[in-house]
Amino acid sequence: MERSSANLWRKINSRYNLVGCKCQNCGTLYFPSRVVCRKCGRDSKITEAKFSGNGVISSYTNIRVPPDSFKDEAPYTIAIVKLDEGPSVEGHVVESGGEVKIGSRVRAVFRKMYVEGDEGLIYYHYKFELV
Amino acid sequence: MRDVAIIGIGLTKFGERWDCGLKELMVEAGIAAIRDANLNSKDIEMIYGGTMASGRFVGQEHTAALMADQLGLHNIPAVRIENACASGGTALREGFMAVASGMHDIVAVGGVEKMTDVTSGEAATALGGAGDQEWELFQGITFPGLYALIAKRHMHDYGTTEEQLAAVAVKNHHNATMNKYAQFNKEISVGEVMKSKVVADPLKLLDCSPISDGAAVVILAPLETAKKYNDTPIKISASAQASDTLRLADRDSLVELKATKIAAAKAFAMAKTSPSAIGAAEVHDCFTIAEILAMEDLGFYKKGTAAKAVEDGETAIGGRIAINTSGGLKGCGHPVGATGVKQAVEIATQLRGEAGGRQVNGIEKGLTHNVGGSGATAVVHIFERYN
Repeated sequence: MERSSANLWRKINSRYNLVGCKCQNCGTLYFPSRVVCRKCGRDSKITEAKFSGNGVISSYTNIRVPPDSFKDEAPYTIAIVKLDEGPSVEGHVVESGGEVKIGSRVRAVFRKMYVEGDEGLIYYHYKFELV
Repeated sequence: MRDVAIIGIGLTKFGERWDCGLKELMVEAGIAAIRDANLNSKDIEMIYGGTMASGRFVGQEHTAALMADQLGLHNIPAVRIENACASGGTALREGFMAVASGMHDIVAVGGVEKMTDVTSGEAATALGGAGDQEWELFQGITFPGLYALIAKRHMHDYGTTEEQLAAVAVKNHHNATMNKYAQFNKEISVGEVMKSKVVADPLKLLDCSPISDGAAVVILAPLETAKKYNDTPIKISASAQASDTLRLADRDSLVELKATKIAAAKAFAMAKTSPSAIGAAEVHDCFTIAEILAMEDLGFYKKGTAAKAVEDGETAIGGRIAINTSGGLKGCGHPVGATGVKQAVEIATQLRGEAGGRQVNGIEKGLTHNVGGSGATAVVHIFERYN
């Protein structure tokens, strides 16, 4: 229930390419995209904006007890990354040998997130790796 | 607006209640509260019921009407409140407003959750819906994971240690041993917390509140007529609530819950009092780090100083301020929809002077703090003795 192909498809541009949005009225950037700018309310003028994927880890954790749907992936590291453009995003940090720390610089990479059984979809997503 | 009082309280034993379904839990707490208030069921004019995820846990929605039916409350209006883990506290606020406004005189506020009929994995998925489903749960970020992100940053910024977090769990388990309604009645040590299985580092199994079954009910009435029903009515001197982003990454700060700060400021202003006047507080310790945040965001401690205060025993019963005398979510249990109402039951019990071995001496005012998700909802109530 927490995953569906339609749910993935609707947000595919954001999940694959880190496309968020910008309010042309006040210049604020958002990821993920939203319809209403928090500052401008009904005066929002939202257009698409692509993020570089470069940023700094502001916190992280290693998840050892996953939800049922991520049973085969655990343990995995999740971080909150403050992107250079401003907004913060949550994402996986891929294994790359280095030590994940608060303040570590990362860049976004395109990776498989999970596979829906032998015949289902393969879900891809942005993840982060240490620079 | 009229003043509002609690005239009746009722609880079930919290825990793994294999003997009870949703209906039996509701009735156990409801009948206890109606008897405590010396009421007839027909005196109750309206019921609000807090339930977070009964559809996911037992396949049952429409739980407030079910509660009215099972309690024999004959056709009264019944409204279910869902606000994640703050469903109970939010239901209390709605009940408060119904009485304060003059719309109704006698209102029942219930909270219930039946969580142990599903596997712990299914329960974790249901609870995950309290965060941003599309951007958190979708990526496999669990609730312990979200609070672990908060804890890691708090440790980084203020030097908070894992042992200090463990001290919260140790205190709350100790308090729970003196509460016959609590899920756990066993002392634990800092060493045992430290050695328990890592769930999402730095949080370990004994840093986390359990999966629980339970229900809680309070009965509200106008303060001016409250003594007709009960010799020791408890005045609700403030009811305040705030919201914030569901997605943790959208917050300006990871080391505070802004919704708690806003709700607390409004509550203290409404009650015309301050944190130093509070003798006991039931705060939302879904994880040990959450109690540290609550102590700071409610204004009991300056940011970054609460963890040491717990370690030094300042928040034990008999300390500077007693926090989570019931055992909190950690020791008493956390049937999510029931928690916010159970907190009010505990503070009312303290203010009546009926808390037995865990009684806080000389208490005049108490506070409850109920959080939904990783902080997207916070509800704060302040209570006082009415003589």
